[in-house]
Amino acid sequence: MIPASSLAEALGLAAPELILAVSAMLILVGGAFGGRGSSGVASLSAVAALIGAAVAAAWGDQGVAFRGGFIADDMAAFAKAAIYAASAVAVVLGERWLGRAGNAQFEFPVLILIAALGMGMMASAGDLIHLYVGVELHSLALYVLAAFQRDDARSSEAGLKYFVLGALSSGLLLYGASLIYGFAGSVRFDDIARATAALEGEGTGVLFGLVFVICGLAFKVSAAPFHMWTPDVYEGAPLPMVAFFTTAPKMAALVVLARLLYEGFPEAVDQWRQVVLIVALISMAVGAFAGLAQRNLKRLLAYSSISNMGYALLAISAGTAGGIEGLLIFMVLYMVDSLGLFACLIAANRAGRSMENIGDFSGLSRVNMPLAVTVTVLALSIAGIPPMAGFWAKYFFAFQPAIEAGLWGPAAFGLLTGVVAAFYYLRLVKTIWFDPAPGEADVPPLDAKLIAYASAIWAFPVFYVVVSLIEPYAAQAGRSLGLS
Amino acid sequence: MVASIAFYVLAAATLLSGLAVVMSRNPVHSVLFLIAAFFSAAGLFVLLSAEFLAMLLVVVYVGAVAVLFLFVVMMLDVDFAQLREGFAKYLPLGGVIAGLLAIEMIVVSAAVVTRGAASGVRDVPAPAADATNAEVIGRVLYTDFAFLFQAAGMVLLVSMIGAIVLTLRHRPGVRRQNVHDQVNRTRAQGVSVIGAPTGVGIPDDLPQAARTPAE
Repeated sequence: MIPASSLAEALGLAAPELILAVSAMLILVGGAFGGRGSSGVASLSAVAALIGAAVAAAWGDQGVAFRGGFIADDMAAFAKAAIYAASAVAVVLGERWLGRAGNAQFEFPVLILIAALGMGMMASAGDLIHLYVGVELHSLALYVLAAFQRDDARSSEAGLKYFVLGALSSGLLLYGASLIYGFAGSVRFDDIARATAALEGEGTGVLFGLVFVICGLAFKVSAAPFHMWTPDVYEGAPLPMVAFFTTAPKMAALVVLARLLYEGFPEAVDQWRQVVLIVALISMAVGAFAGLAQRNLKRLLAYSSISNMGYALLAISAGTAGGIEGLLIFMVLYMVDSLGLFACLIAANRAGRSMENIGDFSGLSRVNMPLAVTVTVLALSIAGIPPMAGFWAKYFFAFQPAIEAGLWGPAAFGLLTGVVAAFYYLRLVKTIWFDPAPGEADVPPLDAKLIAYASAIWAFPVFYVVVSLIEPYAAQAGRSLGLS
Repeated sequence: MVASIAFYVLAAATLLSGLAVVMSRNPVHSVLFLIAAFFSAAGLFVLLSAEFLAMLLVVVYVGAVAVLFLFVVMMLDVDFAQLREGFAKYLPLGGVIAGLLAIEMIVVSAAVVTRGAASGVRDVPAPAADATNAEVIGRVLYTDFAFLFQAAGMVLLVSMIGAIVLTLRHRPGVRRQNVHDQVNRTRAQGVSVIGAPTGVGIPDDLPQAARTPAE
């Protein structure tokens, strides 16, 4: 990695962030003058800005800037492109949903843009300060988004709960970061790696701090045992916001965790692997078993997301370049499935009310055949049933690197919990196809319908093509951390 | 010698006022003790020859944050006695967690004492002897940390947007004072002469404006 020689060059490396920050502020000013009617234009501009930032991230210059704090490499580029794309989909879903709920505000796309900015910072973070500022920037925007339907008591509750527990996790993260800084003498990941190597097994203090940082980030990705906020927040927050919460922020937090572990603690693989593996195993178990008891689909998807975070952490715990590659592709496939399922939830309404419970979906195949097929494809995909995308995501991209790293046991455990979790997805499919329909469903809104169909088509045939296209980039990203 | 005496005095003052923040029954006293703790901590910074940070601590924390706390405490009228009711109930759990944290701190401190913190790290280049604190910070704040500086600005922006999104309401039918309308009001708009016949009164369907003529 070449360090930037001047401020102008450094800012050039941060072009995606600059695009997002400047357009967020422009949209804010434009919206303040345009009033409530300007939310449509604001959302369109936000989508354009996100696409522009994704292009800038994917094809922009690469290097290190701001004294090693900002890294633009292949992994950052891949993660940012995925994060910005998911954010753009969330802007479209949210803008139309809020419009139907009579709460279209121009601040919504601005908040998503700022959240995407923070997540991009996390993906590029090369030191603990950039990591923390990125985490804080995107979390603050997410708290507001969770409480966006402020007249709905459940939404406000979700926002408050998210805020309080998010502040707690930020505290854990900061405590750990201060310990690492105190013992390693630097906040930069490469300096930390040098310092831990010099300590030669005497680095208890550094590892102590690392455990706290892992806990703080596990909170952000809602990995068990730091998951208690997830079902409550997902149940209360507005649907399109939840679709956003389950996708982009998790990608950002996992990527920054991988970078911290791989770049900051390459000598301590055996130590941190235990911690990450324990978190991964508990997440898989909690996500699978607690999900069985859920009747509310938003809570069910919360547990599904918890168990998927377990698989992603399993890929990280491999500690190899293949682990990064697997993590990135797994997260892309998971994000598409998750966005598609939430788009289905947005599309499925009966008498103006969202079908939030599994029972509401009974007989959907007789009421709305295309939507029923879409939900089925996506549910089978996220359950990991071949030949859908989720099967390859889990067994090839998440488990394979772990098995190659000799982690047979955890991978087998993941396989077993995957079978348990498949039950609740299959129950949903059974409800849709074999139960009597209680009544007609509303005509699904166009935007949610199209996004749901697109992700279902992705989940079955299209991803075979796309994955073969993006796999070289993911492999390159995995190698960018200097691992074998 | 003077420095060590100053250190122990200031450290003791910091700890004691910190304890008083938690212990005092009156929340206003708590905030005042918090200010005392900030001042003593600023003194500790001066001892470390970090004068600029010491001044920042006083200006930002005492001048802005603590005064804001004082406002909040006085305006919200929180019943702190009621908040303390669950104290005995949570004491065992809280005691366990406090004990764990204390053990952790002892372990960490022991590690620092035996091996020294930040061993095996290259030395940070010392700033030029004649440069002041503010100068050294200023040199990196807008160059190496320019990105973080702006990002911190975005954090403030997002909290402002959040506060507005979640609390600002445009209620219809709110009567706000409009000076322009008031000044431009003519006699014809404000006054109406109603010929009320004797014994009959004003008709019921008369508009409200006409019923209450301007003074």
